[in-house]
Amino acid sequence: MAAPYDLNDDSVVVIIGSGAGGGTLGNELAQKGIDVVVLESGARHEHEDFINDEWDSFAQLAWLDHRTTGGGWRVAKDFPNLPAWIVKAVGGTTTHWAGASLRFQEHEFRTLSHYGKIDGANLLDWPITLAELEPYYAKAEDKMGVTRTNGIEGLPGNNNFKILKAGADKLGYKECHTGNMAINSADRDDRMSCQQTGFCFQGCKWGAKWSTLYTEIPKGEATGKLEVRPQSHVVKIEHDASGKVNAVVYADKDGKLHSQKARIVAVAGNSIESPRLLLNSASAKFPDGLANSSGQVGKNYMRHTTGSVYAVFEKPVHMYRGTTMAGIIRDEAKHDPSRGFVGGYELETLSLGVPFMAAFLDPGGWGRSFASAMDSYANMAGLWIVGEDMPQEQNAVKLHGELKDQYGMPIPDVWFTDHANDVAMRNHAYQQGQALYEAVGATRSFPTPPYPSTHNLGTNRMSEKASDGVVNKWGQTHDIKNLFVSDGSQFTTGGAENPTLTIVSLAIRQADYIAKEMAAGSI
Amino acid sequence: MTTIYEQRPGISRRELLKRGTVGAALIIAGNAVISPDRAWGMETTALKPETMATLIKLARDIYPHDAISDRFYAIAVKGHETKAGTDAAHKTLIEDGIADLDKRAGANGYRGLGWEDDRVAILRDIEATPFFQAVRGDLVVSFYNQKELWPHFGYEGESYSKGGYIARGFDDIEWL
Repeated sequence: MAAPYDLNDDSVVVIIGSGAGGGTLGNELAQKGIDVVVLESGARHEHEDFINDEWDSFAQLAWLDHRTTGGGWRVAKDFPNLPAWIVKAVGGTTTHWAGASLRFQEHEFRTLSHYGKIDGANLLDWPITLAELEPYYAKAEDKMGVTRTNGIEGLPGNNNFKILKAGADKLGYKECHTGNMAINSADRDDRMSCQQTGFCFQGCKWGAKWSTLYTEIPKGEATGKLEVRPQSHVVKIEHDASGKVNAVVYADKDGKLHSQKARIVAVAGNSIESPRLLLNSASAKFPDGLANSSGQVGKNYMRHTTGSVYAVFEKPVHMYRGTTMAGIIRDEAKHDPSRGFVGGYELETLSLGVPFMAAFLDPGGWGRSFASAMDSYANMAGLWIVGEDMPQEQNAVKLHGELKDQYGMPIPDVWFTDHANDVAMRNHAYQQGQALYEAVGATRSFPTPPYPSTHNLGTNRMSEKASDGVVNKWGQTHDIKNLFVSDGSQFTTGGAENPTLTIVSLAIRQADYIAKEMAAGSI
Repeated sequence: MTTIYEQRPGISRRELLKRGTVGAALIIAGNAVISPDRAWGMETTALKPETMATLIKLARDIYPHDAISDRFYAIAVKGHETKAGTDAAHKTLIEDGIADLDKRAGANGYRGLGWEDDRVAILRDIEATPFFQAVRGDLVVSFYNQKELWPHFGYEGESYSKGGYIARGFDDIEWL
């Protein structure tokens, strides 16, 4: 039974957000007998309610609250109010994610030491190592049912993967397989196996893909120690005279404000909303926003160096059939500065349906070149580039100077410009992707620009020293002991890997820490 | 609501011939745009029918798929007629934008330019305008999101109700 908690109950841990970070943390704490209230801004749609239609699903799940974006990236021009393609619903972006679950590489936790200083980049070593996180990676992989771990078989390769693999072989790549996917290749954990439906991004209607919506959250609720309040949009975190946070103010579905008292608050609203909330919670005591003595809240916004390559063949591929991202090449993920950039990138299979292909293949594109590409849709294969981007202080989530949301709070304004290293990496990846497809007979290929960000990272970064970042190695803010950050905004740097597995691992580890500190009475 | 309907009655083939417009060109009759083969028609109330006919031509020039009939382009742009009915600023944007296209095209207007390349040259000059951006930005969804068109592109759409592709060819590629 889900436990309903009183607004005045000041013994609860309040978690803001129910995605990979918040949903996992909530369940882990509830399993330890700790009382948890999860405030989720979006509605609860169970997996049967998901829609196999790109635009209809987008309307159902996407975070569409008003946002602005600027800077040198093309998204600012093509999608000026959609810097990110993430979700507002119970389960957060774990409803939409593709399932790729990769561990960071050892050196990616210490980029400043390993790469050296890079002009214009705000590199910093994480305060934790791979060795420290490995036991939690193992727990996360087991929890999520990641293929090629724990004796779980890989997913079968679809047509899009077969093209990728054939091209990888021609180019001499060695590490190409159907991925480490948090998608069941056989029934597991009371969830069925993948039916190759091809709508991973629209929410898995079978529940084969791991999402907190139908794993962590119901498991937490079953303990009687976890309450999820959907359509509860947090506008402000409050604190007492000593500076400890003690309540969270949120608007319900009718816009009515409530205040939930809290012993501990964990922010897990993704890397745009989390820093926005800390900044919007500024007070007389904390005039620059909560946990912002370093001035780093909202800074160092990362979104992975991405891009896609689509290629047309003489004969049909039907890339949209089957698991969208079950295909990876890892050979370029290493750090090899002889390529002209630091860090590395993954190549992963990707597909869009016709409606989204039209919107994203070449945003703003039109005419015969564009239309003939669309006419070749059935014969297309596609891959996605995901690589480490450089943290830059001026890439930031800021509060808009004028525009406010329906609750009177400044909306987020997301600034991003590629670093020269990002551009060099993307160009290398485009070249490799196009060469790969040409090696198996592509007649035409398209270096497609980045989509609105799905991997939003770094805006409350983890640091050893309080002056360098927002949270410590446990995700606990340097400034306020009972305030935590539990999402990808903790990332000190981004790595080349899809971030969800690391977010989940950090959340499991953070739950252990919170439980220990609560038991010790230190928070 | 603007409706697209099949087989507009009331205009005889003889009358159409008299108008001298049978052929590839859309026909304007009263407040309606009618396809040359009279397979469909579309009445307008907010926008001029000539404007709607030019919008349809413009839509095809933006996303030229030669195997797709005008009817789908008409469906894709009818939202401008609907919106113009309640939004005076939008009506002005569209009417003025089309008038500008006609002016740039010379004596016979935009639809009077026989070669796509000549029309596209005009569009390249105006592609940064709010008018063109509004038309293209709407069209990329209103055109490609028509389920009836997906078979043309070889896209099968919804698959959950059919059990996904696990037994329907997710890995059926044979030419590699």
